[in-house]
Amino acid sequence: MMALRGLAMLLLLQTAGEALAHAFALSLPGPVLGMVLLLLGLQASWIRVPVRAGAELLLANLSLLFVPIGVGVITHLDLVSKYGVRLVAVIVLSTWIGIVVTALILRGLLPATVPRGSGDG
Amino acid sequence: MADFVQLWVYLASAPLFGLTATLVTYVVATTIYDRLGRAPWANPVLWSVVCIGTVLVVTGTSYPTYFAGAQFVHVLLGPAVVALAWPLWLRRSELRRRGVALTIAALVGGMAAAGSAVALGWAFDLPPDVLRSLAPKSVTAPVAMGIADRIGGVPALAAVFAVMTGMVGSLSGKYIFSLLHIDDWAVRGFALGTVSHGIGAARALQVNADAGAYAGIALGLQVLLASLLVPLAFRWFA
Repeated sequence: MMALRGLAMLLLLQTAGEALAHAFALSLPGPVLGMVLLLLGLQASWIRVPVRAGAELLLANLSLLFVPIGVGVITHLDLVSKYGVRLVAVIVLSTWIGIVVTALILRGLLPATVPRGSGDG
Repeated sequence: MADFVQLWVYLASAPLFGLTATLVTYVVATTIYDRLGRAPWANPVLWSVVCIGTVLVVTGTSYPTYFAGAQFVHVLLGPAVVALAWPLWLRRSELRRRGVALTIAALVGGMAAAGSAVALGWAFDLPPDVLRSLAPKSVTAPVAMGIADRIGGVPALAAVFAVMTGMVGSLSGKYIFSLLHIDDWAVRGFALGTVSHGIGAARALQVNADAGAYAGIALGLQVLLASLLVPLAFRWFA
């Protein structure tokens, strides 16, 4: 029930974000504005408690939510067969470049104070 | 056989099909992923997409037919983006302490990912609308679609590129970090979240709690930064 209340609140915040974006012709997408609103609202415990349950439910299953969009690749199979190799090369290389740059910069900037846990990632 | 075909046509045309296929495939893929010790190549998003996509193509079922049911999962991406405020809030003291370093890393890393994608795509002679759809690919899919729409890209393509970027990062992150001898979980998670958004964050979360938290922070920061800066960059350069 708490998760459901949280989900309702998250949807309300997204709606508020969409409304703000439209009303003021802002360049931020509605859900992003909703995130900013929630960040401000989390100070209040009546928002925090239900949102926590809803947010944990959604974020724990986040990768599921990308499946419908991912399957959409079948509508662009012509494009994929035309530019396939080049597209994959661009995506793979730029992803690696991004990860290497982000990791090296952050390693340079952060003193290593976070304890090293166990894992395999 | 004719009965079976009729039954398939009936089932495949109802929203029930898309929703059931999505959930069942994902649950099975996740179970196999867990059994295999969460090996990067067993990524459940990748295999769910491959399995469902193959079934649709082989049976000649259209994507809109599938999406009629799958949209009930898809709409949850919106509130999931809003929910990203939660990991940010949980780590607010660290954010305050390390905010400058994290913002710089998110900014430069995000620019490196988007810039190298557009530059490489241009060098490989990809058409302009594809280039504009590549730019926001390090942002979580629903936001990437919004950005692509604003800069003259194709939202559906941007979403596919974003999902591919997420999978590439999840599949290869582990090896890149070992190669660079990066063993700080905060750094590993943050880099995955910055470049491979929600799918990278999901992977980080499964591997280590610190990595997951930092990936969540990175994902939230990237959503904010890219929504503001990618459209601006295109206005200046294009």
